[in-house]
Amino acid sequence: MKNHTINLTVNGEEHEILVEPNALLVNVLRDELGLTGTKYGCGTGQCAACTVLVNGESVLSCLTLAVAVDGADIVSIEGVARPDGTLDPVQEAFLDHSAIQCGFCTPAMVMMGRDLLNKNRDPSEPEIREHIKGNLCRCTGYTSIVRAIKSCAQKREPQTE
Amino acid sequence: MGDVEYLAPRDLKEALKAMEEWKGRAKVIAGGTNLIPYMRAGWISPELIVDFSGFKDLAYIKEGNGAISIGALTTISEVASSETIRNYSPILSSAASHLGNPLCRNRATIGGNLANASPGADMAPPLLALEASVHTERGGEKGREISLHEFFLGPNQTVLEEDEVITEITFPKPKDPATGSQIKFGLRNAEALSIVNIAVMLEMEGKVCRKARVALCPLAPTPIRAYRLEELLEGKRIDEGLLDECAGILKEEITPRRVSIRASAEYRKMLSSILFKRAVQEALKGVKA
Repeated sequence: MKNHTINLTVNGEEHEILVEPNALLVNVLRDELGLTGTKYGCGTGQCAACTVLVNGESVLSCLTLAVAVDGADIVSIEGVARPDGTLDPVQEAFLDHSAIQCGFCTPAMVMMGRDLLNKNRDPSEPEIREHIKGNLCRCTGYTSIVRAIKSCAQKREPQTE
Repeated sequence: MGDVEYLAPRDLKEALKAMEEWKGRAKVIAGGTNLIPYMRAGWISPELIVDFSGFKDLAYIKEGNGAISIGALTTISEVASSETIRNYSPILSSAASHLGNPLCRNRATIGGNLANASPGADMAPPLLALEASVHTERGGEKGREISLHEFFLGPNQTVLEEDEVITEITFPKPKDPATGSQIKFGLRNAEALSIVNIAVMLEMEGKVCRKARVALCPLAPTPIRAYRLEELLEGKRIDEGLLDECAGILKEEITPRRVSIRASAEYRKMLSSILFKRAVQEALKGVKA
């Protein structure tokens, strides 16, 4: 196979990587860049443990060819906390609400929670459940996860008189 | 995944040329949400993947004078959230919002869903009910316009030549977009291959049906229109008796696979009848007072 040199910006850092045409983004992130927060779950796009953001959109990295996202801006779970290590409110909420059991679905769940709140700062419970519909969890039964995300919802700022 | 070469062409012309040169040995990648799993499962082994996903000028939703046009590379998410689609074809919005899962929908494309031609293709029933057409292009030859009801040949088989690519999907603006309904019934709320996916579009004059389009899947080797039902409905007052008659005939119109996968043929027939009546009743709620 003819390898391709691609450029990926991952969590703000630029990388130039030589990849095979059939390399999956999930494996490039994990094996080439050492970013093992993104999980390889089912490998068939059904569990969403491999969730990352590509150019602001949540995608299944196990179904994405690395070559197909050449030039993209990628955010993985490692890019969610602030550079100084301060946790994102969604991450804090997961801790506060015991929304983590085995933790395998957690990076993707946190990413989808952050993704939702970026688009809708006050999601309802049905909206939260709709947004994480593709993300499977075998441990928690989802209740604590939904509660955690809901706790980050912010009402509209009251108008100052 | 097996060895394969990859090409990211600069433009559609280069892409079509590659498809022509590698005819039969190359596959289009758009969202990749079917292509990648199939390749990883060993079901298909192209020598070359030609990447169409960068062609943003093939991702659009346009309202024309008499028709709606959707670029083949438009993602399912874009279709689901489009105000134009919601206004002119809410049954299409509905079907799009139930395909796969939210992440899949961000990459999957409307052209890809049709070209993949699963017997249960989520976008097929509403597009059939909307009397959509598929527009194609090829490298060396002329493209063509294909009515969707003549597009599917069998499971994952269409009339497309090996180097022929869908570029656009169009459908005439319905007279009454609101007198339609789409129901997907699956074994779970998301990531469900449907047991029955039905779409209905009606044109009503009072209680009399002037035009009916009924499309369903996966109840045959391809998504289908229930032509007999459409004939029975047209020109008649729609009442319980007529719906019961149609529901009975529907059981004979469909040929679900005999091997029970997700549901038995018997169950699918029973469910289709129920959902047909429900879909028509829902559609009738959209009749302007």
